[in-house]
Amino acid sequence: MYRYDEFDHTIVRERVVQFREQVGRRLAGEITEDEFKPLRLMNGLYLQLHAYMLRVAIPYGTLSSRQMRTLAHIARAYDKGYGHFTTRQNIQYNWPKLVDVPDLLDELAKVEMHALQTSGNCIRNITADPYAGVAADEIEDPRIYAEIIRQWSTLHPEFTFLPRKFKIALTGTDTDRAAVKLHDIGIAIIRDENGAVGFRIDVGGGQGRTPIIAETIRDFLPKQDLLPYLEAILRVYNMLGRRDNIYKARIKILVQSEGLERFTELVEEEFTHLKGGAVELPQAELDRIRAYFAAPRYETLDNGSKELESARQADEEFAAWVKTNVDTHKQPGYAIVNISLKPVGGIPGDASAEEMEAVADLADRYSFGEIRVTHEQNLTLPSVQQSELFSLWLGLKIHGLATANIGHAGDIIACPGLDYCNLANARSIPVAQAISRKFENIRRQHDIGRLTINISGCINACGHHHVGNIGLLGVEKNGEEFYQITLGGRADENAEIGRVVGPAFSYDDVPGAVETVVETYLQQREDNDESFVDAYARLGATPFKDALYATR
Amino acid sequence: MPLVKNGEITPDPWTHIADGEDAPLDAPIIVSTDRWNAERASLVHRNAPIGIRLRNDQLPDELGEDLYRFGVVAIEFPAFKDGRAYTQARLLRERYRFTGEVRAFGDVLRDQLLFMQRCGIDAFEIRKLADAEAFRSTIGEISVFFQPAADDRRPVTALRNRAVASWAY
Ligand code: SF4
Repeated sequence: MYRYDEFDHTIVRERVVQFREQVGRRLAGEITEDEFKPLRLMNGLYLQLHAYMLRVAIPYGTLSSRQMRTLAHIARAYDKGYGHFTTRQNIQYNWPKLVDVPDLLDELAKVEMHALQTSGNCIRNITADPYAGVAADEIEDPRIYAEIIRQWSTLHPEFTFLPRKFKIALTGTDTDRAAVKLHDIGIAIIRDENGAVGFRIDVGGGQGRTPIIAETIRDFLPKQDLLPYLEAILRVYNMLGRRDNIYKARIKILVQSEGLERFTELVEEEFTHLKGGAVELPQAELDRIRAYFAAPRYETLDNGSKELESARQADEEFAAWVKTNVDTHKQPGYAIVNISLKPVGGIPGDASAEEMEAVADLADRYSFGEIRVTHEQNLTLPSVQQSELFSLWLGLKIHGLATANIGHAGDIIACPGLDYCNLANARSIPVAQAISRKFENIRRQHDIGRLTINISGCINACGHHHVGNIGLLGVEKNGEEFYQITLGGRADENAEIGRVVGPAFSYDDVPGAVETVVETYLQQREDNDESFVDAYARLGATPFKDALYATR
Repeated sequence: MPLVKNGEITPDPWTHIADGEDAPLDAPIIVSTDRWNAERASLVHRNAPIGIRLRNDQLPDELGEDLYRFGVVAIEFPAFKDGRAYTQARLLRERYRFTGEVRAFGDVLRDQLLFMQRCGIDAFEIRKLADAEAFRSTIGEISVFFQPAADDRRPVTALRNRAVASWAY
């Protein structure tokens, strides 16, 4: 993992001191809430329906067990014992008191964490593949470049007041677990025909009220050009992005209005000036950062552990969990373990302080003390010996963390919705809970197979409903909560925007409607291997429409 | 409105002249690009320094070689949230090597001063006296910089690898 040096420590400390002074000015009434707003937003502090909400950055979703323990402590000391992991690999606390926030930030700084750039119209926390460094088919570890971009974008003097927020995601494999096509800039590490490693740069993806899949602006960018090229894109966007209408201010709208060809020309022209300039990263610095992401000391093992096999034979429940929650590791004898934060009837992404501590302890015991946060609001232990999977599973089970539903119907992604968010039209969390209860039978979930359900409480799409296989969007009709259903979305390397299937359903009817969609799929699929999205692609919307609206 | 230059509140020798307003012949003035384009022939023959105001959608190359005639390029922050002038400032300094004064006007607030300075702005028309008075302390709140910009502060990438580089020789 990356470790702060004196410079990283200094800037985070200085920012806390600065914010403490700003909070002081606010509490003393020297500045109004309006004047304070941009200052608190620079530190990830939002004012929500009932209280402040603090969003803490988890750069590229990587946490140490020590950091996780601090997050647990903060949940206990400053929140009501919970934290909420978000779709951008961050964590949110819903009940901090303003006067306490500087102390909270101090505690974060001690474990090399902060809340910088988790809000505001700046370059936000960089996200990456949660399997970075351990994925079997990885070309290079995206965390190296995510860290480089994190540092470059920290308090960037030119790009802190962009037309709108700006999100960058990276992946180092063909399988996209970081949804790079749905970001302002998506970066995929690739190999060209000569074997050289560089980047494919996608631009202009995003969700919100105008969902757009990013287009490729550069097929192959040499490594050393990364920062100059990013600077060129950001500069063009900073000058030309719309500022008159918040809904048209994201870079995706600029790319659409200029056209990809013209936009590319503008960026490439700017890039000719920046290439080779001061922003280009010195090789020594690249090497320094790379060294932090060296693999942990793996033991030399073989795949196919006997302990694992016999445990699978003996325990059906364990076998089911291995099937959905465990993935292939690049190192023989090891596995990647996903911890579902979606127990039946639970709040997606919520973790209690006790659960966070349990995960930290298990990470120390089984996974070199490393934890990842996924954009599906789950956690990952990146490197577990296959022979220890059963004991890890027992440990997770004690804490209710062994739900075997990763990538399945119960693994619902939901935004905070009307329970917390002042922009919401409708509740998300109780809908997620009700749907989760409908699919509480794990065997049934496994029979249904891979299925993503995403819920957003409004068109801002924080729950990524556009790219859920089944997406629910909260809308308001005459003061009542309704939910529009979209089908066929996906967030992987074949990213698709889902299509609205028909008129919206009421709060009470929507869980049943989701069930109808799933039942229709089960009746119509060719065989058990045809997943929901594949079946939808083959069948189109008609059978689902018929089933949903037949009785209306 | 207080002007801060070289870290101090200083009297402002320059006057902003609105379009259509009479321009004094013997005092330093700042005019819009429209005014400059319309009255260039007479403006170049004044005996006093002249400065130019850029709109946020203008790039310095519109001025061509005239850029180097100006003692001041004034760029606007219509609202603190509108960050186009940061790019304009960096381009003026880094690409066009403009060495005169680059001045910020408009919604110039204390908490953005460091960003402005890093982008090459060296004169600040600050609305609130308290913000102007806090200039030095505000600028000093952060001492570590993670990227090169138009100032001469050394970014950490250079500082970190200094030891390595000298060792290599
Ligand atoms: S999607 Fe809407 S309701 Fe949900 S968190 Fe985002 S802004 Fe709030």
